[in-house]
Parts: sequence; structure tokens; C-alpha cells
Amino acid sequence: MSEPVITARGLTKRYGEAVVVDALDFDILKGETFGLLGPNGAGKTTTILMMLGLTEVSAGTVVVAGRDPVRQPLEVKRRVGYLPDLVGFYDHMTAAENLTYTARLMGLGRDVREARIADALARVRLTDVAHKRVATFSRGMRQRLGLAELIVKRAEIAILDEPTSGLDPQSTHEFLDMIGELKREGVTILITSHLLDQVQRLCDRVALFRGGKILVMGTVPELARRVLGAGFVVDVEAAAVPGKELAARLGAIPGVLNVQQTSEATYRLTADHDVRAEAARAVVAADGALTRLSVDNPSLDAIYTRFFERRTGTEGEIRDAA
Amino acid sequence: MRREGSPWQGLGTVLLKELADHFDSPRMLLLALLMVLAAAVPFYSAVDQLRTTTSEDPFLLLKLFNPGGQTLSVVAILGFVIPVMAIGLGFDAVNGEHNRRTLSRILAQPIYRDALLAGKFLAGIIILAVNLMCLWLLVAGFGVFFLGVPPSGDEFARALVFYFIAVAYAGAWLGMAMLFSVLFRSPATAALLALGVWLFMTLLWPMISPFIAALVSPPDVRYTLLGILDPQTAAWQQGLSRISPYLLFEEATRTILTPTTPSLGPVLDQIRALRGEVVGAALPLRESLAIAWPGAVSLIAGAIVLFVATYVVFQRQEVRA
Repeated sequence: MSEPVITARGLTKRYGEAVVVDALDFDILKGETFGLLGPNGAGKTTTILMMLGLTEVSAGTVVVAGRDPVRQPLEVKRRVGYLPDLVGFYDHMTAAENLTYTARLMGLGRDVREARIADALARVRLTDVAHKRVATFSRGMRQRLGLAELIVKRAEIAILDEPTSGLDPQSTHEFLDMIGELKREGVTILITSHLLDQVQRLCDRVALFRGGKILVMGTVPELARRVLGAGFVVDVEAAAVPGKELAARLGAIPGVLNVQQTSEATYRLTADHDVRAEAARAVVAADGALTRLSVDNPSLDAIYTRFFERRTGTEGEIRDAA
Repeated sequence: MRREGSPWQGLGTVLLKELADHFDSPRMLLLALLMVLAAAVPFYSAVDQLRTTTSEDPFLLLKLFNPGGQTLSVVAILGFVIPVMAIGLGFDAVNGEHNRRTLSRILAQPIYRDALLAGKFLAGIIILAVNLMCLWLLVAGFGVFFLGVPPSGDEFARALVFYFIAVAYAGAWLGMAMLFSVLFRSPATAALLALGVWLFMTLLWPMISPFIAALVSPPDVRYTLLGILDPQTAAWQQGLSRISPYLLFEEATRTILTPTTPSLGPVLDQIRALRGEVVGAALPLRESLAIAWPGAVSLIAGAIVLFVATYVVFQRQEVRA
């Protein structure tokens, strides 16, 4: 994780009057997995197409793998693999034939091509159906075939647009594992999604994207601190002994920002780190009977919901997240 | 701003893939059958007619394609069927890729859009040329077989020129079909509109253009009294009719295939008749070519203009599905 491989400065896309992507500035570092998260229609796909030179840039610059996609699209596209949203294949051709066609477009020679295709199909576990027509493939299989294409390409940068949308949980899980493998090989990955919890475990950094703008950017714990005010929510269930102020004792733990008594015997602590051990000690010290103690990791979902709620003006109790 | 790299990168790959697709597809088989069956009927009637006059006629091979007179000829049928075939091959060329969601994936490979479009167009032209060549060989071969008279070199050359004009004609229609496939996202819309243009050009325009010509340049009473066309009206009529590729094709092939009665258009024909020229002496090939040349070139130009229009629209189009 050193030098940036994708750099955008003031990247803008306008269709007539409408500004779809509005002066984006970001860097994606080599080997990093970057999540571009936002609702549908936020301009994610347009941003990707500009990186690939597939749509004109209205203003600003983007440099991908050291090259300008406007002037050197072939060089960029040789290094970048793109898996579009709802990827399509030629239904009347087999999986291997589809890959052969794109491998030839990549300019790979016959020997390299065949070896790489066999290897890629094995990695996405499609070897058994390599010679079946794609028409018979499920959504998940098509998505994996799309990933196989990036593997055949030996892409330095993989751009995955909504890779898990429309997949069942099992396929999603498998697919994310395969992306994880790519990541371990040092491929820089850019994922867009609106399914946050799925990409949360993959992404090193995320950017929340809406209305063509990046609203916040950083690692998930960073965002949690900035958006939620704190990263950790600890639920304590303990029968308190009358006279001993349990809520006050819990509130006195260093790092705890807020204590809320959600029912007679349950408390919700918001803290900037995991305070379970201290909470347990506090309960015991108050002669309480601890029956349950749990912590929620900061969830991207919560950050996202909270963030956009706040943006749209329904500012609520920020600490009461997760 | 210059872009780097060759626009032809990947052209061969696209071309081969499209050719393989066409050869595999039932659609192409159907279109080829349609063409052969449609040509079979006029071919047999031409053979029948020619059997009785074999000894007198110096241009048997050409008569097979175009026997002249009122009978339906192979050429007339081709003028009708070639557009259907070209539209059938081209109407979903680009919007089909959009709808299958393959377009952005293919364009994310290191090729330019140029290669994709040119590859598809060339594949279509090659398929049409191969089909037409098969038909041409069938007609010539069966013709020799049934009539037993080998064609002369001059006849053979004329028949070959006819073949190239037919390919150019097919190219013009393919260009239009592909333009529609870029303009309209739905293949059904593209196909319907292309067929609409085809019907208009082949059926309606030949009927409408004389009326428009008479409106634009009303015939002089003196000519009308003599029962002949006013040369000026006739010139308008001919000019207008040439907007239709069907009529262009018809005119160019007629000139090539009927050396004995070269039509120079109504104007010149009339003048020649008035001067008492013998209409019916065979023209040398060179002169037939000179007459057919503008028509043939117009067809080629039409194909190129339509392809360029397709190219311009496609370059500016958004690839996202």
C-alpha cells in the first residue's frame, strides 16, 4: 500500500444541465480494496466508465495505472478488468468460448490463452461447466464467469460494479470469498455497492457517495467515529441491586460516551472502544447479576443510514446507533 | 485530442466471431433459403421461355437473370429479397449487444468501438456476398445445365459486374439496418422501421415519384398532345426515382444485363427514337459499364454514408445498459 494507482482530481460528468458526477477527488492506493458506496443513481457507474475511457470526462482529470483513459484507453483497458453491473455473456456460446473471445480481444496468444482460461475457470469453480452454453447458467455462475474474465486478463486493477446484486446469500458468500482471493494476490480492487454489510468485511476504505459527490471517505472504524460519534455499542443486561446506581457506574467507565437504560435491566453503552471487560467489572462491583453482555461492531449499514438521515435533515439521536 | 493505439485492434477477432455467429444461426439459414426459393420461380420461368429461343439469342446467361418483357426476373426478385436479408442480418447488430449486456464488457477490453462496428459490418457484407455468390453460381450453373450453351466471355463479365452491384446494394441496406440498430435500443423497433423504409423505397416511391415530378415540373402541353413525356418532367422523374436504392439497383443492373436495349433513361431513349436510331443493337461492355457506373457508385456511396452515420452515432452513444 504505497503509491496511488487511481487518482481523480475534480472529476466531473455533466449531461446537459444535470451534474451526475460532481468534482470528485480521491486516490486509490496500490493493493487496496476500496468501496464506493451509495444508493442507485448516485453516479457510481458513470465514475467507473470515465475511469475506463468509455464515457467522456466533462471536467477534471483521472489517472488510472499511470495513464490517461481519455488519450490512452487501450493501455488503461489492458491493465484494468471491469465486471459490469449485471454482466452479460453470449448465451449461445459456452463459458470457455466466451472467455476465448475476450481473451483474443485482449490480444493473448493461443498457448497463454488456453492455460489462463483453464486456470481461471478452475479458480471460480466453473471447470465442470466450461463447455456448457452460458444460456443454462444461473446468475451466480455468470457473475463468477465475469470474475474469471478478470483473472484471465491478469488485471492489476479490478473494478466490480454491484458484483453481488441479485445473488442469493450462498452465492454472495462464495463470490466475496473469490474477491478476497484476488485481494490477497495484491490486485487493487474497486467495488461499488449499495449492499453495505457485504462489502464491509472486504474493504480497506470506503467512500459514501451520493448525488455525484463523495460525502465521507475513510476506514470503517474511522467513519463510525465520525458519523456515529462512537464506534462501539455494548448491551448490558443485569439485574441491578436497588440502591447501587448501576447506570452511573457504567457511565463512569473511561471511554463510555453515553448510557441509556433501555428497560429495567438492560443498558446500552456507546463507547469509543470495546468496554465489555470494564462493564462486567462495574456490574459485579455493584453486586449486580450479569446475564448478558454483547458488543456490536461498528456497522457500515448503521453509518450509512445515520449519515444519510443526517444529511436529509432528520437529525436524530446520533449515539443511539447500531 | 489524439487517442493512442490502432483503431483496428481486435477487428479480426470481432469479424471471425460475427462470421461464426452468422453461420451458426438459424436466422441466416432461413434468409438464405428465402433467397434461393424466391429466385427459383423466376429462374424456372426464364429457362422455360429461353428453351424455345435458344438458337436466336446471343445473351443466354444474362437472360436467365433478366429475361426482359413482363415476366418476373431473378433480378427483380433479388432487388426485393436482398434488402430483407440485409435488414435481417443487421437490425440487432448493436442494440442486441446492449440488451444482452455484453457491450460494456466487450468495450472494457483493449479495443476501440471502431473495431466492433467495422467487424460487424464487414461480417454482414461477407455473409451477404457469400450468399449472393452461391445464388449466382446456382443460376449460372443450372442455366448452362438446362440450356446447354456455355456463356461467352462478355456475358460472363457482365454477370460478374451484376454480382458486384448486387453486393453494393446489399451493403447499402446493411448500413441502414445497422444505423437503426444503433439509433433504437429495441431490436423490434429497429427491424420494423428498417422494413418500413424498405417498403416505402421499393413499393411506394416508384409510384409516388412520377407524381412529385409532375408537380415540380408540369409537362408542357405540346408534349402531352404528342403523347410523350416532357424531357424536363422526365429528368425530374428520373432524378427523384434515384433516391430509392431499389430503383438505382434496377436501373444499373438493367443496363448491364440487357446490352441490346440499353436504357439511357426515358429522356435519351425518346431523343434516340425521335432521331430514328436503332434501339436494339448490342452495346460493348465498356459502354454498358459507363452507363451503369454512376448507379453502382451511388449504391457504394450510400453504403459508406450510412456506415459513417452509424459510426458517428455509436461513438457518441453511452455504453451503460
